[in-house]
Amino acid sequence: MKKKALKKLLSLVMVLTVAVALCACGGDKSTDDAADSSTPAGTEETEEAEESAEAADNNSSQTGEPTTGGSVTVGMTQDLVSLDPHVISDAGTRSVVFNLYEGLVKPTTEGELVPAIASDYEISEDAKVYTFTLRDGVTFHDGSEVTVEDVKYSIERYAEIYGESSALSIILEEVVADSENNTVELHLTEGNSELLPELTLGIIPASNEDPAGNPIGTGPFQYVSYTPGQNLVISRYDGYWNTEKMAYLDEVTFKFVADVETAYMELQAGTLDILDYLTTDQVETLADGYTVAEGSMNMVQGMFLNSGSGPLSDARVRQALNYAVDTQSINDFLFGGKSKKIGTHMLTSMTQYYNADTENVYSYDPQKAMELLAEAGYADGFDLTITVPSSYSQHVSTAEIIVENLRAVNINATIELVEWNTWLTEVYMGGNFEATVIAFDGTLAPSDWLERFCSDSAENFMHYSNEEFDALYEQAYSAVDQEEKSQYYRDAEMILAEDAANVYIQEPADFVGIKEELGGYSFYPTAAYDMSTIYYKAAE
Amino acid sequence: MKYVLKKFITLIITLLCISAITFGAFSIIPGDAAVSKLGVNASPQQVEALRQEMGLDDPILQRYGRWLSGAVRGDFGDSYQYDNTTVASLLSDRLPVTAMLSVMSFLLILVIAFPLGILSARFSGRGPDIGMNLVTQVIMAVPSFFLGILLTYLFGLVLHWFQPGQFVQPDEDLGACLCYLVFPAIAIALPKIAMVVKFLRNSVLAEMEKDYVRTAYSRGNTKSSVLYRHVLKNAFIPVITFLALLIAEILAGSIIVEQVFSVPGVGRLLITAILNRDYPVVQAVVMYVTALVVVINFLVDLLYQAVDPRIKAGG
Repeated sequence: MKKKALKKLLSLVMVLTVAVALCACGGDKSTDDAADSSTPAGTEETEEAEESAEAADNNSSQTGEPTTGGSVTVGMTQDLVSLDPHVISDAGTRSVVFNLYEGLVKPTTEGELVPAIASDYEISEDAKVYTFTLRDGVTFHDGSEVTVEDVKYSIERYAEIYGESSALSIILEEVVADSENNTVELHLTEGNSELLPELTLGIIPASNEDPAGNPIGTGPFQYVSYTPGQNLVISRYDGYWNTEKMAYLDEVTFKFVADVETAYMELQAGTLDILDYLTTDQVETLADGYTVAEGSMNMVQGMFLNSGSGPLSDARVRQALNYAVDTQSINDFLFGGKSKKIGTHMLTSMTQYYNADTENVYSYDPQKAMELLAEAGYADGFDLTITVPSSYSQHVSTAEIIVENLRAVNINATIELVEWNTWLTEVYMGGNFEATVIAFDGTLAPSDWLERFCSDSAENFMHYSNEEFDALYEQAYSAVDQEEKSQYYRDAEMILAEDAANVYIQEPADFVGIKEELGGYSFYPTAAYDMSTIYYKAAE
Repeated sequence: MKYVLKKFITLIITLLCISAITFGAFSIIPGDAAVSKLGVNASPQQVEALRQEMGLDDPILQRYGRWLSGAVRGDFGDSYQYDNTTVASLLSDRLPVTAMLSVMSFLLILVIAFPLGILSARFSGRGPDIGMNLVTQVIMAVPSFFLGILLTYLFGLVLHWFQPGQFVQPDEDLGACLCYLVFPAIAIALPKIAMVVKFLRNSVLAEMEKDYVRTAYSRGNTKSSVLYRHVLKNAFIPVITFLALLIAEILAGSIIVEQVFSVPGVGRLLITAILNRDYPVVQAVVMYVTALVVVINFLVDLLYQAVDPRIKAGG
């Protein structure tokens, strides 16, 4: 009896295993077929390869005739915060929803803001009234036409959610929707000429009760499905108003992958068609069949310092750190020298505001660093803890190089690795740290970058305080004249550099691996994965 | 019946203890769901506002009470991380995937480890046994995630037997889904197979020393008839216990391996939820896994009786 039971059990197990094994064999075929059918037939490999090599040299892959159709899977190593365009979210999320929503204006690849849902806009002399004329014939993904009421609703909803995080929310007096003239007027309590970047905020229909669960916008792609932790699927919106810029692809899937290594393997296996933030090692080992586009991560990476803590409260010590850290070797080691050098807290691509002179304030000069340290009374150095979020390998590697650099000037630096949430809580929210290596992103508004250095800013986790900076920032922010505004901002940036608020390292390069059948990948100076320009190259 | 009731009460108590420990751990580690969700793009005031909205500011006992009162009614609440998403809906997609993966790994262990273990015992001290010993020793030392990366590289990128990351949902195509799971299952199973082989071999050899074996030989039985008809039955008992323990380890292994193979199972959900401080999700996953392990242990108790009736249930 017992023997029989045992035998039965064992034979059952055997049968099941064989079944599994058989199914595995059957499966190979089907996956192979799938892989074949997803590649366009008859591509001329050698020509393609040449083309793509050229493309890589030109930092873009815009060669080959575009064709309409096909689908693409883009890898992401993070999930989305929300599909609601008005929720405060991170750069990754904003980059993705860029495809679904549009604002009154939208950014170009050059960082200019051009009319989108608005066909035209006007800013009054005193910058207190912004008037937008809506474009005719713009429709939401549900087919309904965009009305001035929808625009008013969207702006008010955004302002309410963003609260004090947004200049627009703070100074917005009222939104006047004029359906007769098809215009929307924004009345402000004080003049502000740099609100346009905020008006890229997504316009959504006032009738939609669940913008996060059922996202409806006006962008070139519309929402298909979202599976938390797995993927977001979007498809071309055929009713898109800008018929000249219709998306080529039928469908795009953003796939969320658990970690960087896995994502890279999936790119090599062809599961992913596009993957950004490749490391230089990965770029070198990437097999044939891929092009690598080079752009910028649109972030400012630096060693951020707590100006309220110990030796770091002395500007001379902070300056010494700037002389001691070899930013070029960090760039060479981590990004093959492809990152842009920066000297202050602003993107180089925001040319109107970026002060390039800040790059020359410091050079790698350990001798000078020692002198400054001696002057400040730290000839024998001091202990410094650099808190780094462990999930960002680039920041960890950067910190490792910095530790070596600082040892040369007698500063005994140690790295404290913390998990991301701990970093957010302790360092960012709590301001409880000495130094940290991190990168910040921001919008196209210069104030979004510089505001956090004001003494009374809620986001000033560095405890940085400089009266001169505060005054200049105030002047820059309230200036209406564009020339004047830029000059004040540049001056303020110079103070950050000379007073050595932080050690600014680089604007990290972004390497994007792209299947070579694909063309049209474009970089924006702000958070955007523009999928509408991507296409499968025609076979000749 | 009394036995089942007793086991059920044990289950409830275990779940209560585990849930309290998880809750406690979560209030100690830095960071919460509000901080995680808003990141570096919001002011501390906004984080505070979201915290209040989520009810994270309430005293810990109040929060635990709130969770408990929902949980006993089978309501695990809403995810903090994902808008308008219930924990139940997140779990219902992923439980079947992890269940399939675990069952598959377990079957692999049974089918491969048992014959090898017996073989190894039979030829103890001779060529096949020594070779097996060497191999098992090496495999045991390799962690599952590393094995996962090796398998992905070899079978995914070099041999193209499967396409890394191209997971198919079971409700779309069950066959394709199972196929994809074969390699993650192997990654989980291999180190465990090595363990079971070694364990079974030693168990059989220990049994071979017993008096009844000598008696069996003296009655003129051949070596294989002694082994298969007398020894194995007894040698299996400790192995079954070991297998029960293994199930917990398979679940733990799947947490890591799911990341490597991009399998959207409970393990990946759990890790993401911990990173995002999505407490309701973590708690629910931990409850499911705990319940599963307790129930399986109960089933193993029943299995003992099937193998050896001398063992009385509940005794």
